[in-house]
Amino acid sequence: MCDTCGCNITPSNREFAYKPVNGTTAVAVLKNLLARNDDQAIHNRQHFDQHRLLAINLMSSPGSGKTALLEATIDALRNEYRIGVIEGDLETENDAERIRAKGAPAHQITTGSACHLDAHMMHDALHQFPLAGLDILFIENVGNLVCPASFDLGQHRNVILLSVTEGDDKPAKYPVMFRAADLVLLTKSDLLPLLDDFSPARAEANLRNLASTVPVMQLAARKALGLQPWLDWLRSELARQRARVGRGETVQPRMQPDAVHLHEAAT
Amino acid sequence: MHELSLCQSLIDQVQQIALTHGAQSVGLVTLKVGPLSGVEPSLMQHAYPFASAGTLAAKSTLVIELAPLKVRCESCGTETEAEPSWLVCAACGSCHTQLVSGDEMMLMSVELITAEGTNHV
Repeated sequence: MCDTCGCNITPSNREFAYKPVNGTTAVAVLKNLLARNDDQAIHNRQHFDQHRLLAINLMSSPGSGKTALLEATIDALRNEYRIGVIEGDLETENDAERIRAKGAPAHQITTGSACHLDAHMMHDALHQFPLAGLDILFIENVGNLVCPASFDLGQHRNVILLSVTEGDDKPAKYPVMFRAADLVLLTKSDLLPLLDDFSPARAEANLRNLASTVPVMQLAARKALGLQPWLDWLRSELARQRARVGRGETVQPRMQPDAVHLHEAAT
Repeated sequence: MHELSLCQSLIDQVQQIALTHGAQSVGLVTLKVGPLSGVEPSLMQHAYPFASAGTLAAKSTLVIELAPLKVRCESCGTETEAEPSWLVCAACGSCHTQLVSGDEMMLMSVELITAEGTNHV
């Protein structure tokens, strides 16, 4: 039975499903407008779970240090995990080349003029990017604090970067994005002594006002400062992901708290 | 956000429903949209005629119901109204709240027009 061809209409529910009144019928639907994207995202997540990897979606404004964070992370975890990166940008292969220069496999999605990645672009990329052997897959989304928040790609966790040069009221200005965070990283923290207008405490308070209780960490990727809590978070998230896969479960990021889909882990 | 592409996926869903029920055309299409959905209702209204042109929904009317923004407090259990950048409990000030309404972008219902009532188009 499905809800596309009408085979779910039975004699007992027909009157609810189809009731012509003077030729007009109101049909209740209750379907999310992003249903097609979300169905594809569930499929992508199954791919990730089959490979027992942890998929993390990095989102932020342009220039907040997503690629620098990945470079530092690849260096720090070189002997521990195999890391792969899918990069999203409007144009150029620059970010993928920076990742490859660190010795990690990378695939660049160029979106043309699209300002976010969606689950279908991600699926196309997965067909060109081998996942076998990876422990952690990072998806570096297009730098944008608006649109990427609404599109599930199949990732397990959302990490949002806020660089200290941007302003500590960003969570208040972009609530849809910051509500989606499973972890917030305040980046370029080595610049804090030079900036008199960014307060990490105020940034965190603005985040808490969104009813978000997720961890907030400060780090400076290019100076390799404060990386330890971030690396520990990754280690524990990967351990949790492996345990979930072992139980045949999966998890979605915080942006879809009510729609956790469980599925049988493929063997 | 992406109101035109959202409209296109909405129209795909509406078309599918109309075809499933053998309808000739579509009257009212009702959405429910919350302030934290990322969807801007006025942009959705502007995009709708472009997305629906040439489909069974070409002459349909888009109705957007605005969902209220409400949170339920995990600390004191109260349900209160909230603002997009202020989702803490209005009763006790706790930030341990769950959104109970306000992030939906949902196709609620579709009014189908069948052969007997073509004057309703």
